[in-house]
Amino acid sequence: MSNETAAIHRHRSFSLARVFAITTNTLTELTRLKVFYILLIFALLLIGSSVFMARLTFQQEFQILKDVSLGAMSIFTSLLAIIATARLIPQDIEDRTVYTILAKPVPRFEYIVGKLTGVLLLLSISMLVMSAMFLAVLYLREQTVLHETLRQMSAAPREQIDDALRAIRSSALNIDILPGIVIIYLKACLLAALTLFVSTFATTNIFTIVVMVVIYFIGHLQATAREYWLQEHSTGWMTRAFLALVALIFPDLQTFNLVDDIVVGAAIPLGLVAKTVVLGVFYTTIYTFLAAFVFYGKEL
Amino acid sequence: MRFVCRAAALRRPVLVIAMVLAFGVMKLPTERALFVQHRQLHFRDVEFNLDLREKIGQLGFIAALSGFRSIVADALYIQAHVAWERTEWGRVLLLFRQITTLQPRAILFWDMAAWHMAWNASVAAMNDQTQPRLALRVKAQREYFALGKDFLERGIKNNPEKPQLYDALARLYKEKYEDHASAFEFYAKAAVLPGAWSYEKRFAAYELSYCEGREREAYERLRQLYDAGKNERLPTLITRLKFLEQKLNIPNEQRIPENAH
Repeated sequence: MSNETAAIHRHRSFSLARVFAITTNTLTELTRLKVFYILLIFALLLIGSSVFMARLTFQQEFQILKDVSLGAMSIFTSLLAIIATARLIPQDIEDRTVYTILAKPVPRFEYIVGKLTGVLLLLSISMLVMSAMFLAVLYLREQTVLHETLRQMSAAPREQIDDALRAIRSSALNIDILPGIVIIYLKACLLAALTLFVSTFATTNIFTIVVMVVIYFIGHLQATAREYWLQEHSTGWMTRAFLALVALIFPDLQTFNLVDDIVVGAAIPLGLVAKTVVLGVFYTTIYTFLAAFVFYGKEL
Repeated sequence: MRFVCRAAALRRPVLVIAMVLAFGVMKLPTERALFVQHRQLHFRDVEFNLDLREKIGQLGFIAALSGFRSIVADALYIQAHVAWERTEWGRVLLLFRQITTLQPRAILFWDMAAWHMAWNASVAAMNDQTQPRLALRVKAQREYFALGKDFLERGIKNNPEKPQLYDALARLYKEKYEDHASAFEFYAKAAVLPGAWSYEKRFAAYELSYCEGREREAYERLRQLYDAGKNERLPTLITRLKFLEQKLNIPNEQRIPENAH
């Protein structure tokens, strides 16, 4: 058997090593774009809001700190997911990198999966850093308030001290914040996969970003359209057809907005978190497959 | 030949659209189930309609629609804080109406709105030097009490399981309306909810002790608390208990010791 035949036999239709190579390359490429500056803005936002919040009571301070931090995490990861993914394929085509990669025995599906995994890794790193900063600030503020309260109430009865400490602890760090962070990450993954899908048939990254901004807004209204379509029967068929299209084509992004309720202390049942995670993974997988399918048909 | 080529070129986009629609049908039941569960848990309890659009302005409305409801509410809250520092009570009221519409599950916002109206704005109205007529000042003060009460009642309607707003409403009845029966009712409601402060039961009994015709019930409640242990034997409780013992002519052997503490 010649070396060439042996190489063909060794070549596998799907290789994790090849995907890993594309992933690390994508991550390095994105890191060089200095996208991590977004983390600096996040840190400044945390410090800035802390300065203002020194004038508020601890309940107000903790609620605003949680709102601002989780809201900023949601905005930054969504932006990062859309902007970083939108440029991947058009940039590779413009730089002609895609021809070098696909000229080798690399299936297009692996290329798509590798690219997306690179973005998802970037999002994970950003999310981890932002979460660590946020939880550290919240923990430090909680400890400061606890010590101050203990000092001020040193002469008060034990029962009153316990009540006060309980109130502080319940309004600061609670375990429900963690599922909230996971769900923010899942929303960003979904947006990244959807952006990749759009970018497979878009001609420029500006077009992809504009389309994604539109999808982002419609996605937050999809639930309203869906419920109106499924419950309201008195409207005309054209309206119903339009609502049905909106409900079927766009993802329901409001499902991933549990943060608004988490920050006010609502407990999120584990079953609900699990269902949301499954839906997020399902969306991401389907959009990745669709992106690969369109990319297979793309003339390069 | 050209037609065949065009048809082949169109085949993939048509297939993609069909797949997107098929996926849409597949995801629909899960999305609906999650929506129903969210509604049952009172999540996303905000109606996005023209009324809200008018209240929070176009930019705020778009931000709220895009999933940044809590951040918009916080921004408005900061504005309300500044308006309070400048004693612009009309603006404080308007902003708190917007804030509580956006975040109806946030106890803090209802509580603060009621406090600003019933405590701060009402006092400012009473001390208003520009209004020489006392009757009008009292009228304005009463209106602010009512606004505070309205915030708390709507807050309770949106958060019936949280004890803090019942406590705030009881305090408002006690301190502003001097309506001890209503204050007792809301302290008692707060006391039975999970996460209630330990003093709610005691405060309910204190308020009941001021209600004409309910002295026996109040005495029993206060006595029960007294018997619960040393932690409950606070000066106010002992004073009220002794007052009721006197009023109800409780036999000496059943009374608490004279030097009780």
